[in-house]
Amino acid sequence: MNSQLLIISALLLPIIGVIFIALTQKNINLRETCTLITSVALIYIVYSLLPAVLNGVHPELYLFNITSSLAIHFKVEPLGMLFACIASFLWLINSIYSIGYMRSNKYKHQTRFYIYFALAIASTIGIAFSANLFTLFIFYEFLTLSTYPLVTHKGTDEVKRAGRIYLGILLATSICLFLPAIIWTHYLTGTIEFTRGGVFNGDYQPIVIISLLLMFTYGIGKAAVMPVHRWLPSAMVAPTPVSALLHAVAVVKAGVFSVVKIIIYIFSPTFLSDIIDINVLLYLAGATILIASVIALRSDNLKRRLAYSTISQLSYVILATALLVPISIMGAVLHILAHAFGKITLFFAAGAIYTATKKTEVSQLDGIGRCMPWTMAAFAIGSLSMIGIPPTAGFLSKWFILQGALDIQSWFAVTVIVISTLLNTAYFLPIVYVAFFRNSNTKNVCTYNEAPFPIVLAVSITALMTVILFFFPEVPLQLVKLLIGEGL
Amino acid sequence: MISSQLPALQVVLPLAAAPLCILFHNRTFAWLLMVFVSLASFGISCALFNQVLAENAITYAMGGWVAPWGIEYYIDKLTTYMLLIVNGIAVLVSLGARESVENEISSDRIYLFYTAFLLNLTGLLGVIITGDAFNLFVFIEIASLSSYAIISLGKDKRCLYAAFRYLVYGTVGASFILISVGLLYVVTGTLNIADLSQQLVNAENTATITTAFVFFVIGIAIKAAIFPMHLWLPDAYTYSPSIVSTFLAGTTTKVFIYVLIRFIYSLYGYEFSFFHESFDNLLMIAACGAILYGSYRAIKQDSLKRLLAYSSIAQIGYMILGIALITELGLAASLIHIFNHAFIKVGLFLAVTAIIYSYGTDSIERLAGMAKTSPFTFVLFLISGLSIIGVPLTSGFISKWYLIKASLEAGYWGLIVIIVFSSVLAIIYIGRVIETAYFKPEATNTASFNNKKMPHLLFLSLFIFCFINIYLGIETSLNVDMAFQIAHELINK
Repeated sequence: MNSQLLIISALLLPIIGVIFIALTQKNINLRETCTLITSVALIYIVYSLLPAVLNGVHPELYLFNITSSLAIHFKVEPLGMLFACIASFLWLINSIYSIGYMRSNKYKHQTRFYIYFALAIASTIGIAFSANLFTLFIFYEFLTLSTYPLVTHKGTDEVKRAGRIYLGILLATSICLFLPAIIWTHYLTGTIEFTRGGVFNGDYQPIVIISLLLMFTYGIGKAAVMPVHRWLPSAMVAPTPVSALLHAVAVVKAGVFSVVKIIIYIFSPTFLSDIIDINVLLYLAGATILIASVIALRSDNLKRRLAYSTISQLSYVILATALLVPISIMGAVLHILAHAFGKITLFFAAGAIYTATKKTEVSQLDGIGRCMPWTMAAFAIGSLSMIGIPPTAGFLSKWFILQGALDIQSWFAVTVIVISTLLNTAYFLPIVYVAFFRNSNTKNVCTYNEAPFPIVLAVSITALMTVILFFFPEVPLQLVKLLIGEGL
Repeated sequence: MISSQLPALQVVLPLAAAPLCILFHNRTFAWLLMVFVSLASFGISCALFNQVLAENAITYAMGGWVAPWGIEYYIDKLTTYMLLIVNGIAVLVSLGARESVENEISSDRIYLFYTAFLLNLTGLLGVIITGDAFNLFVFIEIASLSSYAIISLGKDKRCLYAAFRYLVYGTVGASFILISVGLLYVVTGTLNIADLSQQLVNAENTATITTAFVFFVIGIAIKAAIFPMHLWLPDAYTYSPSIVSTFLAGTTTKVFIYVLIRFIYSLYGYEFSFFHESFDNLLMIAACGAILYGSYRAIKQDSLKRLLAYSSIAQIGYMILGIALITELGLAASLIHIFNHAFIKVGLFLAVTAIIYSYGTDSIERLAGMAKTSPFTFVLFLISGLSIIGVPLTSGFISKWYLIKASLEAGYWGLIVIIVFSSVLAIIYIGRVIETAYFKPEATNTASFNNKKMPHLLFLSLFIFCFINIYLGIETSLNVDMAFQIAHELINK
């Protein structure tokens, strides 16, 4: 297949999947098969694009021009390729997990769930492959809208309230800041295409560039830089597979991915470091990392703790990118990957615990590791990756980020990373410790077992991947190097 | 040759058809005539459009009396641009009108409705095409008087009050316009607009000319419902028969804004208009007021038609905003929005027409859960709604894109905040309707509803409007290029 066809089919495939899911809703096994087949096919298509990208080719697809400067245009560059690989791969694992989770927790309207999930994935692929800000913006909004029904899946009043916060913050920030920033960029430079070396050439007042940078960062509310982070804890009312894939991978990663892409291809790091004296973004991200970690430390609800941990980890990506040196940007991109696998493992484990025991609070987890060894082992691996201890993927990304920070002697960044690593340890390791080494009751008998097989399978795969990525990071590294080579 | 008589036919055709409706006194015939005439009229405007593309501008001396003594029709790109909008909407609205009109207007008056409707169309087309200031006034009155009549035809008795109120406001506006035309005649001795603009260049800048300007602007502001002279509009749109609100919302106010543009650019010339008495600042304030006030009031309405009426006031503000920027880009943005908004708003009003036809009510609260019973109506409402919010890939986005760019270019940062804020308000008021219709549980007392199915032709026409809304959001060469050419010609005249 030629690459244009591949791009269009990657975008359309989940939508075709939606049609089949809707048609087969009477027979739930057939319906789930449709989801699985679609996700496998998507992986195949996305990964067929990989060799070309690794060879330095950027497959392109023009859909149509709206005006001379507004176009729906796709282009697969290394960063987008990596993001699409992560999203499509984890969709498969997540679908396996969803089948176990949604069935054993007896959710209603499961067809709707799978349909919107597929739509969300289609939007994510659109974001990953977008070649200009306009296309990015459209798919960004699609993603918000298609995940709203997933967040409010349970349909209770409390859930609807949370859903309103979710939709309200994400839509308001994107319309009030992101879109004006796009139009402003277009007005200043005459283009909104993602361009090698950025689109800003010439003299601009630093204040203009800083305002634009901040408008982009806060306009992309999905990146959850404080204070635009409230939507993420609210979204935790969703069923766990949604929290896992969307609020650990697709949605939030779409946010930081967009910010990184904009910094590399719209501003270009060299341009930014020339023009900006005080790096506001660095301080904002640093503050977010620390504050979110402290809140995570104080949360007893497991999913809430994971949510705030996500907020802090997202700001790692922003912080690393804001350092504006190649090595730290490598770290940032690798962190998107590492955090995706680590955090989805943790969410999967949280969901497994809920499915097996209906426990949601950290303080209830004493001795749970003996009854659910697989789940908790995976949880431990995820935690190690979050902290950045080898042999997990989290170590790699943190290594690069730290190296970047040391290179330009940004002691602020170094301090933030060190403190937050300590905080990470403080809020993750005790969970692992009590799960394995503290007895919940004197009898030492398990009243529950592991969660159903699909759930355990999924959680094991992602945990394993976290370790594998530590030993075999060649492909992502190669993509990142390509990115650094061309973007800076 | 018939093609040389097209400008006259454009106006004469609907004018001549109007009495036929009375003569035949048959409602089906009247409807068919309306559809046929508007189709023919649309054809004429397309032919004129082609001629203008070839010849740039056409003048037509009415009855062979050469200007400046006789009445002259003047057709350039801007004229055909507006003719296409008005005729296009007339065709589609009349196509879907039949069942709704029979539902909402008592049957012995339906032929009168189509008579007045045809006269209204005549008036609007005349206003657009004429090149004579007094003739302009006459057509304005034909359009206005016939619209008072069709507004008062509704079954809801409050429409009488609304029509009367509109009549009082409209007459005051018309008087202002007449006085202005009179003053101009006193100074220059001519009524031909092209001639007038020549004479004004040479004439001394006297208080009379300025007074005429002020009177005209105020008169038009009332007619076009520019904030704060909009008070007649919400009632008129709410209580009139749905088809009437639909047609008026898409055409009347836009035509009057067209008159304002003509007056500012073609007659007085924009140097006079804007570098004088800080007129642009006044317009700007009115525009911002309209945008914020209209959007804010729209949020609080329970009646869908009233909600759309307030939204119209806000959208008129956008059009004025573009003009007030005094740049080519701003004027183009304004023209683009006139085109796009005409089709968006008519799409929304037609959807409401279908809702009223099916359920006999336009109260938002009573529509809870209705999206399940009439899915098509609400999907089409949603599409036009997204367009009015300004979601990408709809025509509303294109309007806002150019408006924001024009504001940036003119250096008005505050305007962007206002535009964006009002878009958020639009999300709230459209979102409320969607949330009620889609996500609220169905009301239990639905027995009182008529529950009639949407007529096929109404559906067809509604569908075409939604298609246009999306088409213009994806393929913009049709109206955007045209708007830029017109703006270029008007500014560099």
